[in-house]
Amino acid sequence: MHPRLGWPRWRRSWWYHATYYAQTWRGSVASTVLFPIFYLAALGVGVGHLVTAHTGLVQGQTYLHFIAPSLLATAAMQLGEGESLWPVLAAVKWIRSYHAAAATPLEPADIFVGKLTWVASRAFATGAVYTVIIALFGALTSWWSVTLPLLSALIAVAFSAPLVAFAARSQTDGAFAMIYRFGFVPMFLFSATFYPVSAYPGYLRPLVQLVPLYHGVALSRTAAFGQGSLGATSLHVLYLAAMALVGILWGRHTLQRRLVD
Amino acid sequence: MSQHLVVEATQLVKRFNDLEAVKGVDFSVEQGESFGFLGPNGAGKTSTMRMISAVSQPTSGSLRILGLDPATHGPEIRGRLGVVPQEDTLELELSVRQNLEMFGRYFDLPRAVLRERATELLEFTQLAERGDDRVDDLSGGMKRRLTIARALINKPELLILDEPTTGLDPQARHLLWERLYRLKREGVTLIITTHYMDEAEQLCDRLVVMDHGTIVAAGPPRELIERHSTREVVELRFSTDSHEELHGRLNPFAQRVEILPDRILLYVDQGDDTLRAIHAANITPTSALVRRSSLEDVFLSLTGRTLVD
Repeated sequence: MHPRLGWPRWRRSWWYHATYYAQTWRGSVASTVLFPIFYLAALGVGVGHLVTAHTGLVQGQTYLHFIAPSLLATAAMQLGEGESLWPVLAAVKWIRSYHAAAATPLEPADIFVGKLTWVASRAFATGAVYTVIIALFGALTSWWSVTLPLLSALIAVAFSAPLVAFAARSQTDGAFAMIYRFGFVPMFLFSATFYPVSAYPGYLRPLVQLVPLYHGVALSRTAAFGQGSLGATSLHVLYLAAMALVGILWGRHTLQRRLVD
Repeated sequence: MSQHLVVEATQLVKRFNDLEAVKGVDFSVEQGESFGFLGPNGAGKTSTMRMISAVSQPTSGSLRILGLDPATHGPEIRGRLGVVPQEDTLELELSVRQNLEMFGRYFDLPRAVLRERATELLEFTQLAERGDDRVDDLSGGMKRRLTIARALINKPELLILDEPTTGLDPQARHLLWERLYRLKREGVTLIITTHYMDEAEQLCDRLVVMDHGTIVAAGPPRELIERHSTREVVELRFSTDSHEELHGRLNPFAQRVEILPDRILLYVDQGDDTLRAIHAANITPTSALVRRSSLEDVFLSLTGRTLVD
C-alpha cells in the first residue's frame, strides 16, 4: 500500500511528540496547574501585601498584577528549555529516537519542524492554563490577554530552537547544567521579572534589555495590561522572532549533520 | 538496469572530512536474496549501510535503491525499507505496542491498519504476551525482536539489519535467525552486516568481505571458503610461546600456516592425516582440533587478521 499524500511529513513528527507526551504527561500536568497557583499566592499575594504597604503600586499595577505576566513568560522559557536540551541529546545520542525517525520517510528538517511545532503547541496550551489561573487571581486587565497563549508559544520557540540546535551538536550534557545555572536562573531573577527595569541603575538597564527573557516578560505585561507603545512591542516581538529564526537556521544545520552526514 | 536488482552500487565512496570510510565499492543485491557485509569494526560496513538506507548520501559513485536515486527520492525509498539499527533506539518509557504503533505513523499508516499490523508483528516476533509491558522491562533479545518488528511495520521490500545479534546470548540469536529465515521465505530481501562469521554463513546467500573501506572478496559463503581456504583446518596449541620456531617445523605439513597469538592454524585438505603425521614427527601440541574451514579463515587469508579481536 502506498502512503497517503497530503499529510505533511513534519506533522508525523509533531504527532509522535504529542503521543509520547500523552503517555507520560501525568507528572507535568500537576506542576503546570499547581506551580502558578503557588507562585501567585506566595509572591503575588504574600510579598505583594508588603509591597503595597510600603510602595503602593508598581508601574500603576498592584504587585500581583505586575508579576503575573512574568510568571507566564518564565514558564514558557522553562518549557522551551525543558523540551530542548536533555530530550534532544537523548534523541540524537542516548536513545537515538531521531536516528530511528531519520530512517523513515522523514527528513531531519521534518523532525525539527515537528519538534518546534510541538513545543509551540504545548506552550500554547500551558499559556492558556496560566492565563485562566492568572485571570482567576483577578490579575488581567485587558482583552489583549487573550493573546497570552500565543505569546507563550513564541517565547517557548524562541528559546527552544537555538537550544535544540545546540543539543543536536553536543556529545555530552556537561554544558547543559551550566546553561541552566548561569543562563536561566539569572535570567529568571533579573529580567525585570519581579521589579521594573527602572530599579536598576541607568547604565545597567541597556544590559538587562539585551536579555531574551526581558522581552518575553515585557511582551506579556503589554498583553496583560493592554498598554505599551507599538514601537516597543514590535521590538519585543522582533527580538524573539529573530532568536527563533537564528535557532531554526542553526538547528537545521546541526540536525542535518548529526542525523544524516 | 535490471528489474531484479534491489540495490546497485558502483564505485561508492563515503568520506568524512579526512577519513575515507568507504573507498569505491561495487556490489549489487538481487530481489529475494539475503546479502551480507562481513568485516571487522571500522571496515566501512555501517557507513555503507547508512547509504543503502538512503539516510546518508554517497560522497561519490552511483547508487540505486529499489531502482531509485536516493539523492532525489530519499523519503520514497525509505518508505519502502525497514531498518534495524545497531542500537535498538526504542522508547523505553512506552509499551511494546505503543512503540510499534507510534513508529508506524512515521509512514503515515492509518491507525486501524497499525493496530492490526502491530498484533501480527507481535505474534511473529513472539512478543504477543508482552504487548502492554514497558520496553524497559524487556530482555535484550526481546528488545532486539521488537526493533525488528518495528522495522517491519511498513511491510518493507528490503530489510536492512546492522549487526542484528551483537550482544545476544546464543538462544536469543538462534530465535532471531529463525525469524529472519521466515522473512526470507516470505520473499523479503535482507541485507545484513555482521562481524560474526557463523552468522554470515547461516544467513547469507551471498556476501562481501570488507576491510579498511574496500571489498576484498565477494561470493556465496561456501564458494568463498573454497576459493580462499582449504577444506579443513588443524588448530594447534602449544605450551611454548616460540611459535616462530614451530612455524618452520610445521610448514611442510600444510598448504599454509597461520601463527596467531594463542594458536597455530594449519590449512590442509585432510586434517586427521595431518595430525597423525605431526604426532609421528614428534611434535606434541597441548591441544589439537580439526575443523572445517570457515569465513573466519577466508578473512584471515585475505587480510592476515582475525575478524573479532
